[in-house]
Amino acid sequence: MSTFASSRETTEGRIYSVTGGDWDDVARDIGSAKEERVVVNMGPQHPSTHGVLRLMLELEGETITELRCGIGYLHTGIEKNTEYRTWTQGVTFVTRMDYLSPLFNETAYCLATEKLLNITDQVPERASVIRVLMMELNRISSHMVALGTGALELGAITPMFFAFRERERVLDIFEMVSGLRMNMAYIRPGGVAQDLPSDTVPKIRELVKDLRKNFKDNEKLLVGNSIWLKRTKDVGYLDLAGCITLGVTGPVLRATGMPWDLRKTEPYCGYEDYKFDVITTYTCDVYGRFLIRMQELEQSLRIIEQACDKLDKLNGAPVMVADKKIAWPAQLSLGGDGLGNSLDHIRQIMGTSMEALIHHFKIVTEGFRVPAGQVYAPVESPRGELAAQIVSDGGTRPYRVHFRTPSFSNLQSTSAMCEGSLIADVVAAVASIDPVMGDVDR
Amino acid sequence: MSEKGMFGVAGTGDTSGYGGLERQQASANSSQRPYGSYFDDIADQLERAYPEFNDAIERVVVDRGELTLHIKREKLVEVALVLRNKLRFEVCLGVSGVHYPADTGRELHAVYPLLSMTNNRRIRLEVSVPDSDPHIPSLVEVWAGNNWHERETFDMFGIIFDGHPALTRILMPDDWPGHPQRKDYPLGGIPVEYIGATVPAPDERRSYR
Repeated sequence: MSTFASSRETTEGRIYSVTGGDWDDVARDIGSAKEERVVVNMGPQHPSTHGVLRLMLELEGETITELRCGIGYLHTGIEKNTEYRTWTQGVTFVTRMDYLSPLFNETAYCLATEKLLNITDQVPERASVIRVLMMELNRISSHMVALGTGALELGAITPMFFAFRERERVLDIFEMVSGLRMNMAYIRPGGVAQDLPSDTVPKIRELVKDLRKNFKDNEKLLVGNSIWLKRTKDVGYLDLAGCITLGVTGPVLRATGMPWDLRKTEPYCGYEDYKFDVITTYTCDVYGRFLIRMQELEQSLRIIEQACDKLDKLNGAPVMVADKKIAWPAQLSLGGDGLGNSLDHIRQIMGTSMEALIHHFKIVTEGFRVPAGQVYAPVESPRGELAAQIVSDGGTRPYRVHFRTPSFSNLQSTSAMCEGSLIADVVAAVASIDPVMGDVDR
Repeated sequence: MSEKGMFGVAGTGDTSGYGGLERQQASANSSQRPYGSYFDDIADQLERAYPEFNDAIERVVVDRGELTLHIKREKLVEVALVLRNKLRFEVCLGVSGVHYPADTGRELHAVYPLLSMTNNRRIRLEVSVPDSDPHIPSLVEVWAGNNWHERETFDMFGIIFDGHPALTRILMPDDWPGHPQRKDYPLGGIPVEYIGATVPAPDERRSYR
């Protein structure tokens, strides 16, 4: 008698609980039972569930009859925490939600704050261009994780190495610009934390050239690969009607042939001035979503090139609103010991101007006041519509911050995609949604 | 909104910022026509398609280029169906709560951002209910994607969505007491000692208004 499969009588008949061990032993014990209904718990610690996602699967043989998601394992109360910090400090919290695309969280939050402050049109052009540049770089690094880990979970290891090699190059740029590889808190209400270092644009141009070449390698590995096609074609099917009623956005929606991209439909940060295409496929399946992400990389590169051209023309322009009652007073600079206030600024406030010191102190400790009201600011994150819904009561802290996150909404469609399919296809379907659990649970 | 001094100082001019001054309500009064942008068109269409418009809608607020319809909870499902079927608001981007403890009789608000992909328009529905009777009809039948969002709002604010297929907690553990994002629910945290000085927990630090 095995010690792994204990059984007990319930109103539904005899139930065996299996928590490990040799499946042959388990099958021998259960062999006499007539029913084949198996409930499998997958996660929250499982290599193919993209973080702490828990799936509860009810199986009839290998076919899924019911699937439920268990989430909340990464709930950290970010929304509540922002109510106890200034508007500027809020950025450092929201950036930690979708940790694969932190710059999108920051942008959504800052766009909402700027809308509340009525300074949307005062944000300097250079700041907007830098935001676009950083967001598109971030889209590449995020899609690289989606493609790399998605392939890895289906058993293809090499694409992951290639994808992470490329991602690393992008993260190097982030580190060069903001001092950090992730959770940068680089985009701030009114602009960005600091201007780009002088040699950034040439470095990015070089990177674009390399990436364009390297993306081809990854494409050759997967596009048209017969094993990959068998694992992804017609798997995780979700059509347009399903997407609309479930509020699914991003690549999953575009894989149904719907060309919905907020960068085109409701441009923000000046996206209307860039030339790029919205990629769609009509397959409604995992393969279509994969193709969309692959081709969006090239579109991001196009936007980055145009942003670099714009930055060359805007050299030396301000990157923060002119209004001193909102703008962060300190000029940050990267010293030998990390990012901090520039020594020039310290010298000025400590040595020459008492008023400047008071001003610095007030803005940094107390923050600025935001007129009362409620706004909703959406951006197109790599996963879909990411929106900050913020309520202000006129104080120096947000009254309520809610993030409508694409991973949360899109993950709901897992049941619709997977019920009736085989258990192996769950992994492909979840990978194609590309949920980030920090984004789901906040 | 009138600005008082550089940092909004009022009264004694005490800029230490210490002291539990009351937070003010974030409330806007009803806007008057014309609303501007495409908002008049939406209001006209809704009035034509839904004769009980004046009875169902408490307030229309246009602020910062966004239209908010404050709706009586009894009429929410009807209005939602008209908006979806007649005005083509195909997508509901979920629901979130806001807690206004000082707004007696309407403490809990539920906010629904809607999107019309056909017309590329957005509006917002807002429903307010008293703390003592926190029931709002569920919109899962209208937009299936509201399922998890309503569970989250129940979890965080204790708003009960009548007719929801399985209204259980979603982010917090099943046996968690209280609803964490209400204003009367403490943030928690512990004091942190740093080089001899102690920094109190975030919700006990001095606060600026």
